[in-house]
Amino acid sequence: MFGKEKSQYIEDSKFRYTMREMKKNGSAYILALPYFLLFLIFTGIPVVISLPVGFTNFNMVQFPQWVGLSNFYTLFLQDDVFLIAIQNTLVFAIITGPVSYIACFLLAWLINEMPGPLKTVFTYIFYAPTLAGNIYATWQLIFSGDTYGFLNSVLISLGLINGPQQWLTDARYILMCVIIVQMWMSLGAGFLSLRAGFQGIDKSGYEAGAIEGIKNRFQELLYITIPAMGPQLLFAAVMQITSSFTAGDIGRFLTAFPSTDYAAHTIMTHAFDYGSVRYEMGYACAICFLLFIVMILVNNVIRKAMAGILDT
Amino acid sequence: MRIIKKRKKWGGSRGGDIAIFILLVLIGLFMLFPIYLSVIQSIKPSEELFVFPPKLYVQRPTSQNFEDMLKVAGSLDVPFSRYVFNSVFVSVVVTVAQLFLSSSAAYVLAKVKAPGVKAMNKVIEIALLFTSSVTYIVQYIVMAGMGMIDTYWAITLPYIATPMGLFLMKQFMGQIPESMIEAAKLDGASHLRVCWQIVMPNVKPAWLTLMIFAFQGAWQITGYLFVYSEQLKPIPIVMQQIAAAGIARTGVSSATVVVLMLPPMILFLILQSNVVETMAHSGLKD
Repeated sequence: MFGKEKSQYIEDSKFRYTMREMKKNGSAYILALPYFLLFLIFTGIPVVISLPVGFTNFNMVQFPQWVGLSNFYTLFLQDDVFLIAIQNTLVFAIITGPVSYIACFLLAWLINEMPGPLKTVFTYIFYAPTLAGNIYATWQLIFSGDTYGFLNSVLISLGLINGPQQWLTDARYILMCVIIVQMWMSLGAGFLSLRAGFQGIDKSGYEAGAIEGIKNRFQELLYITIPAMGPQLLFAAVMQITSSFTAGDIGRFLTAFPSTDYAAHTIMTHAFDYGSVRYEMGYACAICFLLFIVMILVNNVIRKAMAGILDT
Repeated sequence: MRIIKKRKKWGGSRGGDIAIFILLVLIGLFMLFPIYLSVIQSIKPSEELFVFPPKLYVQRPTSQNFEDMLKVAGSLDVPFSRYVFNSVFVSVVVTVAQLFLSSSAAYVLAKVKAPGVKAMNKVIEIALLFTSSVTYIVQYIVMAGMGMIDTYWAITLPYIATPMGLFLMKQFMGQIPESMIEAAKLDGASHLRVCWQIVMPNVKPAWLTLMIFAFQGAWQITGYLFVYSEQLKPIPIVMQQIAAAGIARTGVSSATVVVLMLPPMILFLILQSNVVETMAHSGLKD
């Protein structure tokens, strides 16, 4: 009896305390309001409504019609293309994710080993593809299927292939081409973060390390640098997760859509196909929802694992 | 006697340095090649564009492709200047709005202890995953519901509140000493005044970084799906239409690529040191 009353009292005062604090900081909420309003409308709500809309048939004209789990059943049991899309997305994510993450890290580190002016030059060159952005027209020129294509021309003059190859329409090569372009653009914000992280490391740590018997730069990297870079490593990981899961969308611009035998078809392009080409929004939302869930799960697992290793 | 083995300024061994340098140059060449190729193709006269094998240099550079680009664009339904206006308008609005809204919110997330702020921080950290490249399909539903499709709203509003901009600004503000803010508060300054008069002047590198990220994103907005009237389209989508015309337009299409990639590349060149300084604070803590 007494215990209950007491907890009631504490809860009550906590509630009042919260109200008081909220009132005191009222102007702060107003300051944050415009941003969060836009964030809610264009990121929060779209992500959240993907689930309920996923339970409906919705063609953007008539009012959505509730169909329960039918979209999800169709996805997994009847939609063969979706299974191809899952497979391709995983291949993209598994190849481009870790490889580009490690590339970001190693290149940021190697650049940091260079003397001052070279650091600036290399950082700029490596980030340039992200700045240049979607120059798909040039990549189409490189992979072009006729003899004017640069890749064909080089390989033919080297005698490696006999005639021009259809890089962007031959199902055997499409995935490889998209991965190359994705790797080319993969040194983005995560790379800059790591690059700055290396720059910011306290140099005295290296001197202390030298006294304690660290012999070469690999040991230095392992024992001094990596432990000091935990937060940047996490940030870069989050950036890389997003780009590796959406990597397949490059294929939509690079190759014909849909690609030959769906060779570059990913979860993103599948959702695009249903949502933006066929206007079957319910089905597209079901696909998007699954993608969101997978991304959040992967993000959590990787952050937990990294936090364990890095001890941040 | 004290012996300190001082680390040489440039790396461990001379041989290692040279090996690293060569490796970086090779990767750098791969990075630059498509950019170089775009520039070279854009200044080739048509007789040099169609030779086999294709050349990696240009013998008689010309501005013909750029002139043709304006001509092609001029033959569209609305004058080319309209597309330029749309792109510049969208970029300026998005960049300025993002700077102001993100900084205000970042101040609250970094420096105000009020109920709900922790939750907002958590939400933003998760939302870093959801860039518009992931959400645009579901965004369409919300925008259609609000009647924004095919208006200027559709190519500006969704790109303003990016989690990344807010996150970077918040992280950078985190390093401003509490004592500075406390002192201002004791003088009776409101949150608004602390934010704009005390904190903002001290986060200039973050402002410039946010500016380049915002501009870089906004300059590439195609408006695809979101606008379909010619008079609302920004340059990138028009460029895609020109390039889609195929091999005969290869020179023109390279010219458009160059026009599109130059502004962000130049801006970053000017602001690079600020970006590196800001990104030093970008780390995520668990």
